[in-house]
Amino acid sequence: MTATFIALLHRDLRVARRELQYFLLRVGLQPLLFTFIFGFVMPRLGIIQQGYTAMLLPGILGLSMTLSSMQAVALPLVIDFGWTKEIEDRLLAPISISGVALEKILVGILQAIIAGLVVLPLAWLLMGVHLSLGFIEIVQLLLVAILSSWLFAAFGMVVATAVEPQQIGLVFNVLLAPMIFFGCAYYPWATLRVIPWFQYAVLLNPLVYANEGFRLALTPAMPHMSTWLVYIALSGFSLFFTWLGLKKFQKRALD
Amino acid sequence: METAIAVEDLKKTYQPKTRKGVEVRALEGISFQVSRGEFFGLLGPNGAGKTTTIGILTTRVMPTGGQARIEGIDVAHNPVAVKRLIGVVPQVNNLDRSLTAREILQFHAEYFGVPKHQREQNARQLVERFELADRIDEKVTGYSGGMVQRLKIARALMHDPAILFLDEPTTGLDPQSRRSMWDLLSELNVKGLTILLTTHNMEEADQLCRRIAIIDHGKLLALDSPAQLKRSVPGGYLIELQIRGEVKESFVGALRSLSGVVDVKPDHDRVRIYADRAEGLLANAMRLLSNDGVMVTDAHVAEPSLENLFLHLTGRSLKG
Repeated sequence: MTATFIALLHRDLRVARRELQYFLLRVGLQPLLFTFIFGFVMPRLGIIQQGYTAMLLPGILGLSMTLSSMQAVALPLVIDFGWTKEIEDRLLAPISISGVALEKILVGILQAIIAGLVVLPLAWLLMGVHLSLGFIEIVQLLLVAILSSWLFAAFGMVVATAVEPQQIGLVFNVLLAPMIFFGCAYYPWATLRVIPWFQYAVLLNPLVYANEGFRLALTPAMPHMSTWLVYIALSGFSLFFTWLGLKKFQKRALD
Repeated sequence: METAIAVEDLKKTYQPKTRKGVEVRALEGISFQVSRGEFFGLLGPNGAGKTTTIGILTTRVMPTGGQARIEGIDVAHNPVAVKRLIGVVPQVNNLDRSLTAREILQFHAEYFGVPKHQREQNARQLVERFELADRIDEKVTGYSGGMVQRLKIARALMHDPAILFLDEPTTGLDPQSRRSMWDLLSELNVKGLTILLTTHNMEEADQLCRRIAIIDHGKLLALDSPAQLKRSVPGGYLIELQIRGEVKESFVGALRSLSGVVDVKPDHDRVRIYADRAEGLLANAMRLLSNDGVMVTDAHVAEPSLENLFLHLTGRSLKG
């Protein structure tokens, strides 16, 4: 069972390594452009304040990591299930169906971590944000990174098992666009208190907790959501989407 | 003989996927057993329940009734243990398109915990036997139908399974590739591998299988060796006549009285005559009909075959 799990992981990492250049382009390009405009160009034009970049950095890292893990799980899986049926070959390996599903979630988490390792130094250097990362902050950063990647890998599995390949583009537009804009990536949640109904409504969005988590780990001096709420929500959403994702995966895998 | 596969009153009903859909009763209680080392065939037209049966036996489909055991292990209760024992060649091309052919073989064995040196050795032998060496380090997107099929079988054998399942392995292959596929499968069986295949090709079932189960509409209609099955068709020979107009009851009686005729089945403008010999009978039948002023527009004589048996059992041609 463990050997099979590792072999499945080995296969996925081999494929990921082969496609590394596309992966780097996918994860790196958008944050690069974003940090260039918002962190370099606009402050110099005097349109936004210099301090805004510090507010932006955690959000950019959060978006890159969560979207990476979600895509890493959802895109291949939706094609596998709906089209090529390649997943059948993995389902015939001597491991439970949940084992196959959990391996996919783990791959999503690993890809997100790699995306984080690329984006964090990139954004940090370009924006010139002053970060003082002590031991506590690094532990927080690791915890938030792992929990957020896990949450969105599991969410990717729910999406992939719920939609047909033809709809995946639509899902990414219709579901992800509001999640990103209402996800507290470009503004801290605490500042939303001037629009109370909005501040409470966005709590339904799991992306809020990921971005706020990165905020409290990277820029603890800035306004951020309370630590316990971030961890409880990230863990709760992760467990819920994992449970739902495994259930739906099982249903799709078995006739 | 020890039993490799035991199927008992197996049932599968697919629930409708939409509210307006209807439930599909794919299997309505079929039972059979396959001995170790046997070459067993499931013969039936498309939609008969063959793929569902193979799906249940290979842990991919949950039965809604009855039981299926592989080497004594219940497939629904312990699918992981069953997966270790079986190799599966599905009907669709589900080869891993992100990998090269060599990687497909090696990773498959790795999933099954085959040690590295053994994986490499197995892959070498199978690549050679299955004539895949030329393009083994390419991805499989450009492979021909025959190569895809051979690679799928090679992959299924990489972990040295006790039982090999093949779902319509020669569908879509040209006659030459089909022949070489038959040779290959016979060779594997001679070496001791238990094989269960599904097919709607009678010649294939006849050539390869020691025993054949004929299924249609989710029910098992007959189960025996090809020779016995053919013998079980009344008379064995089949003469089919097509006439202008409806077949009258009086013709049927007259045809029945001809010597050698075992059974006569009218069907609108056709009449099927089952007989224990063909010599002279066609001429006699034609004479009888033309004396009555009936015009025969087509006549066909068939030797004893599984096709005749299927026609006899279901009233339909297997070729659909």
